[in-house]
Amino acid sequence: MKKVFAYPRALTKKRTHYCPGCTHGIIHRLVAEAIDDLGIQERTIGIAPVGCAVLAYEYFDVDFQEAAHGRAPAVATGIKRVHPESIVFSYQGDGDLASIGMAEIIHAATRGEKITVIFVNNTVYGMTGGQMAPTTLPGQKTTTSPYGRDTATVGYPIRVCELLSTLDGPSYLARVSVHDPAHIKKAGQAIRQAFAMQVAGKGFSLVEVLSSCPTNWGMTPTQALTQVKEKLIPYYPLGVFRMTEEVAGDDA
Amino acid sequence: MERVMMKGNEALAEGAIRAGCRYFFGYPITPQNEIPEYMARRLPEVGGVFLQAESEVSAINMVYGAGGAGGRVLTSSSSPGISLKQEGISYIAGAQVPCVIVNVARGGPGLGGLNPSQSDYFQATKGGGHGDYRLLVYAPGNAQEMVDLIGLAFDKAEEYRNPVMILSDAIMGQMMEPVALPAMRTETTEKPWATTGKQGRSKPNIINSLGLVGEDLERINIELQAKYARLAAAEVRYETDGTGEADLIVVAYGTSSRVVRSAINRLRQEGKKVGLFRPITLWPFPKEALASLAAEGKRFLVVEMSAGQLVEDVILAVNDRAKVSFFGKLNGTVPTVREVYDRILSSLPEGGEG
Repeated sequence: MKKVFAYPRALTKKRTHYCPGCTHGIIHRLVAEAIDDLGIQERTIGIAPVGCAVLAYEYFDVDFQEAAHGRAPAVATGIKRVHPESIVFSYQGDGDLASIGMAEIIHAATRGEKITVIFVNNTVYGMTGGQMAPTTLPGQKTTTSPYGRDTATVGYPIRVCELLSTLDGPSYLARVSVHDPAHIKKAGQAIRQAFAMQVAGKGFSLVEVLSSCPTNWGMTPTQALTQVKEKLIPYYPLGVFRMTEEVAGDDA
Repeated sequence: MERVMMKGNEALAEGAIRAGCRYFFGYPITPQNEIPEYMARRLPEVGGVFLQAESEVSAINMVYGAGGAGGRVLTSSSSPGISLKQEGISYIAGAQVPCVIVNVARGGPGLGGLNPSQSDYFQATKGGGHGDYRLLVYAPGNAQEMVDLIGLAFDKAEEYRNPVMILSDAIMGQMMEPVALPAMRTETTEKPWATTGKQGRSKPNIINSLGLVGEDLERINIELQAKYARLAAAEVRYETDGTGEADLIVVAYGTSSRVVRSAINRLRQEGKKVGLFRPITLWPFPKEALASLAAEGKRFLVVEMSAGQLVEDVILAVNDRAKVSFFGKLNGTVPTVREVYDRILSSLPEGGEG
């Protein structure tokens, strides 16, 4: 009988520290499935961020370096330049990538650095306890915007895919969501495509994944997924923002 | 061995290439620009990678990635840029990644000036970033040492899995001198810990400085301190010139030591018993050698281009067993031979300083 569903080889069996209802687990699995699917586990090197995914190196069964806050694209650049044949990816949250690490992500993108970035946007600093992020929605309450994000004083959220799509370096930019099975399937395809671009030697690839944070949003897991669907997606439209050339990446 | 006239910065860059360095990440800042410019020309010729980063912060994190991946990697900057790199240096030390960092120091604080200075001594030797860590710090005294010490720096960085700093300054970097260049070598040490992709290994390699559990972090720090103790026991370097018969020993490194040498030579012709003690490693500091000279009843004068940084280590080393005087030139100016000559005269036992 053909096996149709299995535990991804690129994930370890370690139980994660993520909160109940958090979508990091789903995204980890999609990344691991893409690595399995492309047959690149033995040459993949990951970069863990500072933030909720700081321990990502315990969950992926690939070589890893843990970066300082926001610096993952620079660390990835150093690794990729030493091992151009390897597959290098960073896994970053919205505070890490779109606030403290904005210079690093923009310059890695414009250099067309041949790395893949998984950008998890849950509109809040999760690990530090729910502070306002660069992607926090207008009016959204956080511990440092207790009256709701006031755009008159703190400005507007940053749409990373749109911002990076003004540059010539990226080969693939997409925004996906993981709030229901149909979208999870599409997210998996986008993540696979992003890695396939790197396998094919194309430029920088990034997938922004809209994610939920029930703990810091003060919601149940289902309410949080509804919030992604009803509030996040209208502000952060899903889609492919750059596709230089579709590659299948079938070297498995 | 090839002998050529080179600027200190270029001698250092060529020395790095010949020591097998194949990766350079940096950001422009005066007075170190000759290093990245030389590397930009030279690295592609030997199959290496030169990359101008978007900032010093990014450059040092590229170094962390490249060093962690097993590359022989160099970055250089000057004082304000080195300040920006401190976060990354702390991570690199914590994660035990080998690399070499060059500081062609200029005056501070703040934006400071472009003139040579030795006011980054504390930052280099006392841990400029957060946490309990140490760098091995070399202070070259001429262009030849720029070549020799950069080669040694790469070897020691890999032997101890520790960042190594070369503390130079604007004069050392810009001055031309004849240097003998060693032959090209490309062999590097085995790095079974590097992030290369698992490539059949049963366990992934993880480069990391995180220790969330208190006991884990304590264990990491105990391990680091044990390494620093080994380093301190084995890697001290210094030069002495006439310290045995001297009544007064002048302690100076880098550019200052060159001025001191000229002053001492003049004083010796006049029959004065003056010696030079030149630390080559600023950390580990040659404190035992200074302590034994202090036990012999010598006096000391410390000459440096700062408000008094090296002098604190000399005072700690002699531990009240000897008189220590200080002559510092503040940022932007270099002591003249005449000034140092006069200062030595007044510090001699018969000089009236008491």
